[in-house]
Amino acid sequence: MICDICHKKAATVHLTEIVDDQMMELHLCEECAREKGAQMEQHFGLADLLAGLADLGKQFPETTSQILECNHCGLKYEDFKRIGRLGCGECYESFKKSLAPLLRRIQGSTRHIGKSPKGKKMPRTKLEIRELKIRLKQAVEFEEFEEAARLRDKIKELEQKRGKKQGATDEHRGSAETKE
Amino acid sequence: MNIEDLLKQKSEWLRGIGPDSDIVVSSRIRLARNLRGYPFTHWGGDDEKAEIIEKIVTVCEKISRLKGALFLRINEISKVDRQFLVERHLMSREFGAEPEHKMLIISSDEVMSVMVNEEDHLRIQTMKSGFDLKNAWNIIDAFDEALAKELDFAYHDEFGYLTACPTNVGTGMRASVMLHLPSLVLTKQIDKILQAIAKLSLTTRGLYGEGTEASGNFFQISNQVTLGRSESELIEHISGMIGQVIEHERNARNALLEKNEARLKDRVWRAFGILKSSRIITSSETIDLLSSVRLGCDLNILPGMNTELLNELFIITQPAHLQKLEGKKLTPEERDLKRAQIIRERLNI
Ligand SMILES: [Zn+2]
Ligand SMILES: [Zn+2]
Repeated sequence: MICDICHKKAATVHLTEIVDDQMMELHLCEECAREKGAQMEQHFGLADLLAGLADLGKQFPETTSQILECNHCGLKYEDFKRIGRLGCGECYESFKKSLAPLLRRIQGSTRHIGKSPKGKKMPRTKLEIRELKIRLKQAVEFEEFEEAARLRDKIKELEQKRGKKQGATDEHRGSAETKE
Repeated sequence: MNIEDLLKQKSEWLRGIGPDSDIVVSSRIRLARNLRGYPFTHWGGDDEKAEIIEKIVTVCEKISRLKGALFLRINEISKVDRQFLVERHLMSREFGAEPEHKMLIISSDEVMSVMVNEEDHLRIQTMKSGFDLKNAWNIIDAFDEALAKELDFAYHDEFGYLTACPTNVGTGMRASVMLHLPSLVLTKQIDKILQAIAKLSLTTRGLYGEGTEASGNFFQISNQVTLGRSESELIEHISGMIGQVIEHERNARNALLEKNEARLKDRVWRAFGILKSSRIITSSETIDLLSSVRLGCDLNILPGMNTELLNELFIITQPAHLQKLEGKKLTPEERDLKRAQIIRERLNI
């Protein structure tokens, strides 16, 4: 996830707001978050700054979501916060707006990259490259150079793979890869 | 096959073979899966849980990897048997704590086990001896594919496999490696290593100890993140880290041998002496001494000792195993006697 303001650094601060019944999400790097801090407090009444990736505490974010109940199983978001277990698979869709910042915090991502049940496979190369680039940036920031080198190789490898694929299907642009 | 048959056989993961088995005891991979259309276990009704068991059992009975497998309803087996299965790492402690509507399926070689109605509808795991996550993954991946042909898993295009707790969502995969790191503990480098591991989104916990306290120099390292990285990347990531830990442990072992050979040998032989001759011994003392003897075995200080026997002793000296070997309930005092007797018998061949 890239910072919404500078579009350069990895976003580690995630802001969830309600403005006129509209959910708003802002993803900022620490620097931009600090700069915009005062401004935000004035603009948004219910500022809810969630801790960044580094803080892996157990507590769930205080959501300002309007959706308080899963429309499939009826679980209240309150109960999820109390027990820490969701009610059903549909809860993920029902509470998406509240869960996304939580996932970003505890998992560092909101996007599954990996296997899927049969018949649901779709190309994920593009997504994977995007995630790898974010992680590369983080690795450089934390001075994990070995990890950074490994990621760089991996990105190169995937980009080559993707380049080949795209060349082959140039006339069929808009196929599965852009659907996501 | 029944539970008593397990007592007679050795688990695959205890065989003391496979890559780096002087330091790595075992590699395990677990996948969490749920069935679409049912509430997660915590919120499910009795009828729904019964239905889930039936569905999963029907599918598992047809899968060739589970030919001759053991199917156990947890509420139909004794408390000692439940504890016995936990000690063998075939199910979680929590799974046995609330036994209603729970089913455990164990492959005949104990490489695979399936928990039905744990926190997620399905928790499948594979365990291999030594540092062998790749093989463990190949086995579980194939099994997962076989299940997916017959079962409709709760899956979301963005979030991946949906799980009751968001800490497992995405791949639903937890890869864990159990390591024996006595030299890093002896040379007081372990804290630094554990801190480095924590920074890389990996978690560590002690092993064999009661509760959370680590004992016996055994540590389990697993991935913390399950989302945003593919299974193979997660495995690569954790394998890279573990490779480094192994190297540090080897260096520490060599340094000990070089600088403190006499002291190290003394420690190993004393531990061996106590194990061979004690009449009463507690579980925690056993683990500490076995750890020293295992180190001696890995460094060829103790000729003729084999890792498999030591691994087996770690398991059969635990409370439920002792009681099953004796065929009756034992008080803690009686267990300390029985434990000492079994260790003497096995080590004085
Ligand atoms: Zn920024
Ligand atoms: Zn729900």
